[in-house]
Amino acid sequence: MGNEEAVFFSRVLTELTLSFHIIYATIGVGVPLMIMIAQWVGIKKNDEHYILLARRWARGFIITVAVGVVTGTAIGLQLSLLWPNFMELAGNVIALPLFMETFAFFFEAIFLGIYLYTWDRFENQKKHFLLLIPVAVGASFSAVFITIVNAFMNAPRGFDIVNGELVNINPLLAMFNPAMPTKVAHVVVTAYMTAAFVLAAIAAFRLLKGSNHEYHKKALYLTMKVGLVFAIAAAIIGDFSGKYLAEYQPEKLAAAEWHFETEGNAPLIMYGVLKDGEVKYAIKIPYALSFLAHSSFTEEVIGLDQFPPDEVPPLYIHYLFDIMVTIGVWMTVLSAVYWFGMKRRWAMVRARWFRWLIVLGGPLSVVAIEAGWWLAEVGRQPWILRHIMRTQEAATTSAHVDSMLILFSLLYLVLGVGSIVVLRRMFRNNPVEREIEDREMEKGGDVL
Amino acid sequence: MTLEIIGISVLWTFLFGYILVGAIDFGAGFFNAYSLLTGRQRVLTNVIQRYLSPVWEVTNVFLVFFFVGIIGFFPKTAFYYGTTLLIPVSIGIILIAIRGSYYAFETYGTRGHKGYSFMYGLAGILIPASLSIVLTISEGGFVTMVDGNPVLDYWLLFTSRLTWAVVFLSISATLYISAVFLTWYANKARDVEATNLLRKYALIWALPTIITAGGIIVELRQHNPLHYSNIQMFWPMFLISFLMFVGTVWLLWKRRKYGLAFSLLAGQFVFAFFGYGASHYPYLLYPYLTIYDSFTNPAMAISLIIAFILGLGLLIPSLVLLMRLFLFDKDYVRGKGDYHA
Repeated sequence: MGNEEAVFFSRVLTELTLSFHIIYATIGVGVPLMIMIAQWVGIKKNDEHYILLARRWARGFIITVAVGVVTGTAIGLQLSLLWPNFMELAGNVIALPLFMETFAFFFEAIFLGIYLYTWDRFENQKKHFLLLIPVAVGASFSAVFITIVNAFMNAPRGFDIVNGELVNINPLLAMFNPAMPTKVAHVVVTAYMTAAFVLAAIAAFRLLKGSNHEYHKKALYLTMKVGLVFAIAAAIIGDFSGKYLAEYQPEKLAAAEWHFETEGNAPLIMYGVLKDGEVKYAIKIPYALSFLAHSSFTEEVIGLDQFPPDEVPPLYIHYLFDIMVTIGVWMTVLSAVYWFGMKRRWAMVRARWFRWLIVLGGPLSVVAIEAGWWLAEVGRQPWILRHIMRTQEAATTSAHVDSMLILFSLLYLVLGVGSIVVLRRMFRNNPVEREIEDREMEKGGDVL
Repeated sequence: MTLEIIGISVLWTFLFGYILVGAIDFGAGFFNAYSLLTGRQRVLTNVIQRYLSPVWEVTNVFLVFFFVGIIGFFPKTAFYYGTTLLIPVSIGIILIAIRGSYYAFETYGTRGHKGYSFMYGLAGILIPASLSIVLTISEGGFVTMVDGNPVLDYWLLFTSRLTWAVVFLSISATLYISAVFLTWYANKARDVEATNLLRKYALIWALPTIITAGGIIVELRQHNPLHYSNIQMFWPMFLISFLMFVGTVWLLWKRRKYGLAFSLLAGQFVFAFFGYGASHYPYLLYPYLTIYDSFTNPAMAISLIIAFILGLGLLIPSLVLLMRLFLFDKDYVRGKGDYHA
């Protein structure tokens, strides 16, 4: 296998691992916060339903954590196995946040173990609640630190290269690079948003499938409300991300927007297809790109004409941008209508068709996460470290990447199917109605 | 003490942590599967599950910590080991994935599925074997440089006696460590039947462990004479290690003080592991890579050490809490009450 092929298969394997991992990782970052909120509401309102909600979410969460942990271990090792030259160089500058990520992960792992195995062990529910704080903090901070590493790849700084040697290394400057604030904020907030909408989809699904229990209605209302808050936050930070790109990574924005020529009064292109260099069937929103990039309707936006052809990212990332933004806007509108409708007691938001839309919203949010990551990563091509190291210079010289790709594909297939089967069985065999009954019987026993 | 030495000592300590807690975990999975095969599942499963449930994720973090740390302190290892280890480490990852996921799947999904248990047991015993290849490669002789890139000679690796000795040691040490720990744990749980069974396993695996460990030192005389002569400089450490081994076996034989027996076992491995590590100095990959030419820049080294100290400030109290709640809590160990989510 030549180096060309090794690069290709390394890219495919990395993409496969990350695409699979982020489904579980996103849930892993968002769900602890949701559990924490449910448990807090339960304690505040003295409402058993919310406590039970937290408990049942926690139980499902273990399965996703398990897959998240093992695929996270896989990508952690694959970074060195598939991109040894990159890690050798980047390790000198960016090892600090990588190292801190493992601490956050360690912290989360310890308290998750304690939290999961001390239900009913403390007299006071608040004590048990306290254990959740390090879990949620640890989960969010692993996302923060690992996203810092990714931000560094987009905007490397904190070192100088003199005659091919790295000098003047400043780990903190490398961590707090220009891409970091928007990237970290966007990743964390969209993870919360996605987790909320996934849990909302489950509650809506149970309501549609015959259960009309108060428990599911509370769950649905809580998750949609939290989802709305984070969807709005995601949109605002998304706007900041656009401004960051215009300033620091104009080629990514230009490729995502099919903005070929540098000009002012730049229109935003939504949808459409690209045929022989011509944009067709697109919706053009006048001045919007100038506004997205610079908060001014007339300012000049750098186009792809400013870059040599071998530094332009693949143009298909426009479709990914469309998918991500459309789903984001759609989910914001859907959850806003639901929340407003609940306040105003509209019958519509309790209708079956509306609940089906909420069910659909869970998978859609996950699709948006995937599309967003592909956009961010492919939009960085051809660089692995922007303007420093090209992707093909970073890959391994080992000749066995293709067979490893097959092996890992099988693994992810087994893990994906396994986790779905186990989760379904877990909740099918123990519906909430039965669990509430069981708990009441236990309580009765205590009194006697 | 130089920054390089501090760096490698920290990493070596974490690797030791992984080997110890990992061995308990991997061996337990194997005994669990074996007891299923021989129809003694009832005896062992409860003890094993009760200990492992809250800690399996923590075990995994020790490994992550080690490999992230080594890239941080010694970035050049990514180039040498990353390029050469694609196959063995990928297999290791897949085995870890099977274990980690099926552990959660089995506990919460389908308790007692036989196929899962076997996969789980088998994967556990193969993980130390697939990862211990790294130790063999580090002795040199298996990696050559072709056009400036390291290439691993698999044929040479798989036909080497040293490789198989290390693989065998990793398996037998895993089972030995695990059995001694679980004997102590079962005894704390006042589970006489499990204690007796595990004590038997511990005694069975003690002899092969010490024999292969000695055999490897002899094997090194041919393979890497420099390392062999360095090992002899550290002979007191290996002697202490051996005496501790004798102490563990004697206590197990006499059915006395299982807690002390486990402490002696931990001591035995501490001395052997650090003696081995110290005699390997200064090479990370003989003869290409030393800890000096692969070390990161001073700015990164100092920030990593600061992060490490702050991190430990968080971790140590947390780990103590974890142990107090599960390992040293009488009611929990004896299985009074089912507290899990």
